[in-house]
Amino acid sequence: MSLLKEPDFGTPERPGEATVSVDVDGLSVAVPEGTSVMRAAALAGVDIPKLCATDSLEAFGSCRLCVVEIDGRRGTPASCTTPVADGMRVRTQTPKVAKLRQGVMELYLSDHPLDCLTCPANGDCELQDMAGVVGLRQVRYGYEGENHLDAETDRSNPYFDFDPSKCIVCSRCVRACGEVQGTFALTIEGRGFDSKVSPGAGELFMDSECVSCGACVQACPTSTLQERSVVELGMPTRSVVTTCAYCGVGCSFKAEMRGDELVRMVPYKDGGANEGHSCVKGRFAFGYASHPDRILKPMVRDRITDPWREVGWDEAISTVATRMRGLQERYGPGSIGAISSSRCTNEEVFVVQKMVRAAFGNNNIDTCARVCHSPTGYGLKQTFGESAGTQDFRSVAQADVIMVIGANPTDGHPVFASRMKRRLREGARLVVIDPRRIDLVRSPHIEAAHHLQLRPSTNVAVVNAMAHVVVTEGLVDREFVDARCEGFEEWEEFVARPENSPEATESVTGVPAGELRAAARLYAEAPNGAIYYGLGVTEHSQGSTMVMGMANLAMACGNLGRDGVGVNPLRGQNNVQGSCDMGSFPHELTGYRHVSDDAVRTVFEELWGRTLLSEPGLRIPNMFDAAIDGTFRGLFVHGEDIAQSDPNLQHVTAALESMELVVVQDLFLNETAKFAHVFLPGASFLEKDGTFTNAERRVNRVRSVMRPKAGKHEWEIVCDIATAMGYPMSYDHPGQIMDEIAQVTPTFRGISFETLDKHGSIQWPCNEDAPEGTPTMHVDSFVRGKGRFVVTNYLPTNERTTSRFPLVLTTGRILSQYNVGAQTRRTGNVAWHPEDLLELHPHDAEVRGVQDGDEVTLASRVGKTTLRAQISDRMPPGVVYTTFHHPVTGANVVTTENSDWATNCPEYKVTAVQVGLAHPLGARDADPVREGRPVGVE
Amino acid sequence: MAGTVPAERRMVNEIAVAFQHLPETEAAEAVARHIRSFWDPRMRARLAEFVASGAEGFNPVALAAARIVTRPDGAAVG
Ligand code: SF4
Ligand code: SF4
Ligand code: SF4
Ligand code: FES
Repeated sequence: MSLLKEPDFGTPERPGEATVSVDVDGLSVAVPEGTSVMRAAALAGVDIPKLCATDSLEAFGSCRLCVVEIDGRRGTPASCTTPVADGMRVRTQTPKVAKLRQGVMELYLSDHPLDCLTCPANGDCELQDMAGVVGLRQVRYGYEGENHLDAETDRSNPYFDFDPSKCIVCSRCVRACGEVQGTFALTIEGRGFDSKVSPGAGELFMDSECVSCGACVQACPTSTLQERSVVELGMPTRSVVTTCAYCGVGCSFKAEMRGDELVRMVPYKDGGANEGHSCVKGRFAFGYASHPDRILKPMVRDRITDPWREVGWDEAISTVATRMRGLQERYGPGSIGAISSSRCTNEEVFVVQKMVRAAFGNNNIDTCARVCHSPTGYGLKQTFGESAGTQDFRSVAQADVIMVIGANPTDGHPVFASRMKRRLREGARLVVIDPRRIDLVRSPHIEAAHHLQLRPSTNVAVVNAMAHVVVTEGLVDREFVDARCEGFEEWEEFVARPENSPEATESVTGVPAGELRAAARLYAEAPNGAIYYGLGVTEHSQGSTMVMGMANLAMACGNLGRDGVGVNPLRGQNNVQGSCDMGSFPHELTGYRHVSDDAVRTVFEELWGRTLLSEPGLRIPNMFDAAIDGTFRGLFVHGEDIAQSDPNLQHVTAALESMELVVVQDLFLNETAKFAHVFLPGASFLEKDGTFTNAERRVNRVRSVMRPKAGKHEWEIVCDIATAMGYPMSYDHPGQIMDEIAQVTPTFRGISFETLDKHGSIQWPCNEDAPEGTPTMHVDSFVRGKGRFVVTNYLPTNERTTSRFPLVLTTGRILSQYNVGAQTRRTGNVAWHPEDLLELHPHDAEVRGVQDGDEVTLASRVGKTTLRAQISDRMPPGVVYTTFHHPVTGANVVTTENSDWATNCPEYKVTAVQVGLAHPLGARDADPVREGRPVGVE
Repeated sequence: MAGTVPAERRMVNEIAVAFQHLPETEAAEAVARHIRSFWDPRMRARLAEFVASGAEGFNPVALAAARIVTRPDGAAVG
């Protein structure tokens, strides 16, 4: 494909029917009311010259290049700011406007360095294009007068340069930062000739509020804001549309290439999840894919203390197959298993579980989603009948009250956060339920109506108290409940009990009763109330209970089955939804169907030619327990770093050490690989061909922009292993794997690579009933028929603070890093997060003599680690917070074996800890040298 | 540290607590159903061993559920 350039209609689309007819240069066109003359012209096929307008931003009307003449109107109005009127006749090319435009261009160019031939934007500069379009042939003003040509370039950001000498002060960057990203980091300083773009008060980009999303770079019509990679490598020449491999938002990108080299990632306007926006990770942090740390050859060794030996693919695959089969002969068929990854494609995940069920002959397959969103699967299935979020992202634009529970979207799901913030700026109200004061609570032009700063582990008490308010204050949507739900009376009687009232639970949750009542009323009384939640809900001993508690609340208030409402998990990794859909849980085949269902098993058995077990297999924590027991001896770990990401690491490492065969497939020699006997090199997302499914159930294509560097696709490797174990598996193309998925999975029946190429993306269920997919679920009835209310008892976690461990540790993530950081730490993103920090309330710091930046020890009953303290009042006293992006910190050294009762999802969010100075006696000034610092910037 | 309380015993107790709002027999059945749906057979076997070797450390619903699951006719997923 050549370089893909989406059309720019100049101003945003307006909703509604095309009822207004206009004539543009003799061409007639009908558009919705409120559409600009510029957009109407573009739709009629007439491009009006423009500089300050672009269709991702509201019109601003500053450059005056887009002037037109309109019959019956005086003067030459700017077409970008003039709305259409029925019967309007517009003339875009008259001698008068041509002259005006030339004059405008001439002025711009008189203060612009005319070094086009050597400018990095050469060929991709709207100023250059427009000079041609308006027919400018000479610039009469010289450079003698005052100009901006000496302004210095700001190179502080690792990914883009800001060269103010080229700025035409169109303010597209300023508006992109506000309207699209919602950060408001940029301003135009000064007036008239002196006006200039500035990040903060004369600051550098890196010192400003900028989060490096790149929206301003994309919006800039000149090379003032320019990707460093374009400066270094030159303009790309072809594009491949693909999907970001970082988070569950699933942004679509154009990977812009020059030969075989990736020059830049540009968010794709037609991407259903992101509509042309992105965050710093997806747009810029792709350098890890070509990092020298990548392992490109298979390796084997007999013992984990031996050095690695590089081998060919054949030897690696036969080693895995022979040793796996050997273990089964000695210890039984159930002695081996696999863990699949939410970073891999649906096709890869599907073949891994197929290998386990058909070639290994057991159900010992689990996915890393176990440790993040398994309670979502359980809770939403129990209540609604489907293990997935209810809405598409677009729905948030219709919400009147948005409740964010245990999620930090501006860091974890930045592009969705931008969409949410846009709606909040339009006036939707916000309730945040989180122990930590996340950025969303107070950010430019946004202020939460209520921040319920609950104690960690008391989610269920809070949601029950909210439900108590709803049922006792007559706020239940009776019509909805009567028509569509069951189990209401029993649940109503339960939540109405006095012990669930906000007043009764206040002492446990720490949330003032009055505030909680007000928040509950706000949500219940909103025309459209929407719930968005994250790992702060699921990663608890009552994670599943809380998911059901939120589902109960939404049903009671009738907030389901249409735009603007719903219960929506914000998924962590890119393909959490997909890996769960693909039958990666030990008790479920694809589409969440239990292995004990004979009819379902038969479908697979007939196609696969093998008898499948009807009993569930081991889940990840059970695998570890069984490894220590001696009944589980061999593990294939596909693209996951369980020795860093899983809780209670001593237990995990003991389990890994006790196994006879650990096979790791990954890009890098990760922490788990230290315990591996076989290492199989994986493929980065730039090399993958397949699909990812995002948090809104949207199946997006991932297209390879280069051949797998290690010579084989990951799905091919898995097929080769199965084949070598005596169960032949082979496909010519990943599209055939999707065809097989569609064949065995009713909710995927209508999905194929062809339909995806046709529609761009599809939200499952997609079948005969919904040939183009299902943006909103449970519209007329729930997937399970009636929505089911479930009684949700609040139970305190077993993890209690004590005099030895008086603080509660909770964990989270930050914008620039991703999961265990294996990728992002190998990119320029380390500029923002060189190490994990422990956030500590000033009070807790003071009593321990800790100052900002001190090294502190963090100890729980299971382990101890050291990291640097950051004094912060984002957490209430008694609660400390850290991230888990760097292995040296090993935050999971301290997390415990506690887990969700229903799914064994670990309780990452609550650990009783103690914090103390690492160097108590004046060692603070000694400038401690930290060992094992994260790998450097590329 | 995990291992001080055997995992299966800890887990069945926790599941039992989640169903404590139900009458005891119903709760025990719900717990048993949950275990049959989600536990690998070897975990159920270990549970049976704990029950057989004195049934200590179980809460009453958990114990009742463990007995249902480990009955010979309770082994099938239901
Ligand atoms: S990169 Fe994003 S956050 Fe930074 S200034 Fe540009 S638009 Fe604003
Ligand atoms: S930096 Fe670019 S987008 Fe911003 S005002 Fe200057 S030319 Fe316009
Ligand atoms: S929001 Fe998520 S999917 Fe989108 S670019 Fe950022 S990391 Fe990638
Ligand atoms: S494009 Fe209309 S005034 Fe700039």
